[in-house]
Amino acid sequence: MADVLWLTVKLAGVTTVVLLVLATPLAWWLARSHAWWKEIIGAVVALPIVLPPTVLGFYLLLALGPNSPLMIPFQAVGVRTLAFTFEGLVIGSVIYSLPFAVQPIRNAFQAIGARPFEVAATLRASPLDAFFSVAVPLARPGFLVAAILTFAHTIGEFGVVLMLGGGIPGETEVLSIEIYKLVEALEWDKAHQLAGLLLAFAFAVMLSLMLIERRTGRLRP
Amino acid sequence: MSEKSGVIEATFKGRLGDFVLDVAIRTPAAGVTVLFGPSGCGKTTVLRCLAGLERLSGRLLVAGDVWQDAERFLPAHRRPVGYVFQEASLLAHLSVSRNLFFGFRRVQGARPVDLDQVVALLGLEPLLERGVSRLSGGERQRVAIGRALLSQPRLLLMDEPLASLDGERKAEVLPYLDRLHSELAIPIIYVTHDPVEAARLGDRMIRLIDGRAGDAFDLRQGATDSHLAARFGEIGPDAMLSELRGAGIPDELARLTISALETGLPPWPRVERSPRN
Repeated sequence: MADVLWLTVKLAGVTTVVLLVLATPLAWWLARSHAWWKEIIGAVVALPIVLPPTVLGFYLLLALGPNSPLMIPFQAVGVRTLAFTFEGLVIGSVIYSLPFAVQPIRNAFQAIGARPFEVAATLRASPLDAFFSVAVPLARPGFLVAAILTFAHTIGEFGVVLMLGGGIPGETEVLSIEIYKLVEALEWDKAHQLAGLLLAFAFAVMLSLMLIERRTGRLRP
Repeated sequence: MSEKSGVIEATFKGRLGDFVLDVAIRTPAAGVTVLFGPSGCGKTTVLRCLAGLERLSGRLLVAGDVWQDAERFLPAHRRPVGYVFQEASLLAHLSVSRNLFFGFRRVQGARPVDLDQVVALLGLEPLLERGVSRLSGGERQRVAIGRALLSQPRLLLMDEPLASLDGERKAEVLPYLDRLHSELAIPIIYVTHDPVEAARLGDRMIRLIDGRAGDAFDLRQGATDSHLAARFGEIGPDAMLSELRGAGIPDELARLTISALETGLPPWPRVERSPRN
């Protein structure tokens, strides 16, 4: 049981770190760009919200499997397939949780408006300088919400992980799959413990989001 | 310093949405030049073009340096300007002192304006350790002015810095603006639609109407200006007053100007009718 718990937390943690790095420039571009096609990219990013996880998992299974053309560069360095591996799960989780990271950060960037960047420019800050000295600190609540949502959403995923990971103990078997297996094996007591744990975790996540919301609402003048 | 190097020369021409701007401005790079006109006449746009926050076609020379011409456009962060916005626009994630140092830290080379000087000039001592959310409107604007000064500007641009303040706060900040003028050698371009502010702070004034600039005229020589005195002598105080009112100058200011004139004029009525020599 402990290794299932650890694997789940590890997957969620790695996914969160990778996503914050990837989502930040994407969210910045979506918040600031005037390109007419930016909402098309926005829609692609948001797709996992409405796409059935099994559909996403199915495509990922094909894309990361041994016969996929996308895998050719990996096969050159000795990686035959990413399906049914931890690394494959990270890739799947990153795509699955992408909108949960991009949206809060994008909203936070948009809420800043243009003025603080004009102020920074008239105070000799280059655009890159202003991104790190003005945009990132002012969008901090957005980053916090993105990290919490990504982490929690990855902990709770089931469909993608099942399709792409198959539930191999120690490699791809995470909490939600363990619960499914326990129920199938009629081990209700153990299933109760894990389900209760996830319920408490989900409540803690929502409570902290509410508190962040209230606090940043109050900070705004 | 040659005559050419001591001026600000700007021409901006272009369209922003529905608004068409077409100005040619020339003013000494010293003292306070007021950009004056009703709201919507393009004052702020001109100021933003000077700062590099807006890009219209044109040319900008400041004391001999080209900031913009057909080939070049110096981006805002490379222009040694200080900009004071209408709302103080302090950076909300930084304390007062870190706001003040934001530009100062980024200046390369000599930094003749230092913190002590700015703190003394603007009375910022009691504010330094506060968060920006705990400042009054007037205090915020003083910090914003200090922040702009510490970025070592060669040109200070002020966009109606008092417009967002009520009468009392205005009265609180005005004396500090007087001191800027008298104690620092930084040329200021000051945008306002308030003739009282214009008369109090300005050395000269450029009128902007519908995106076009009129001539710059001197505000400091009012009492001895021979042209104005002659005009006064020609038409009499009542007509003069109504003419001034017609131009949008309020009673209060018109009366002030005329009483200043009266002291320097021969007793009324004046007989001569040939005003120029």
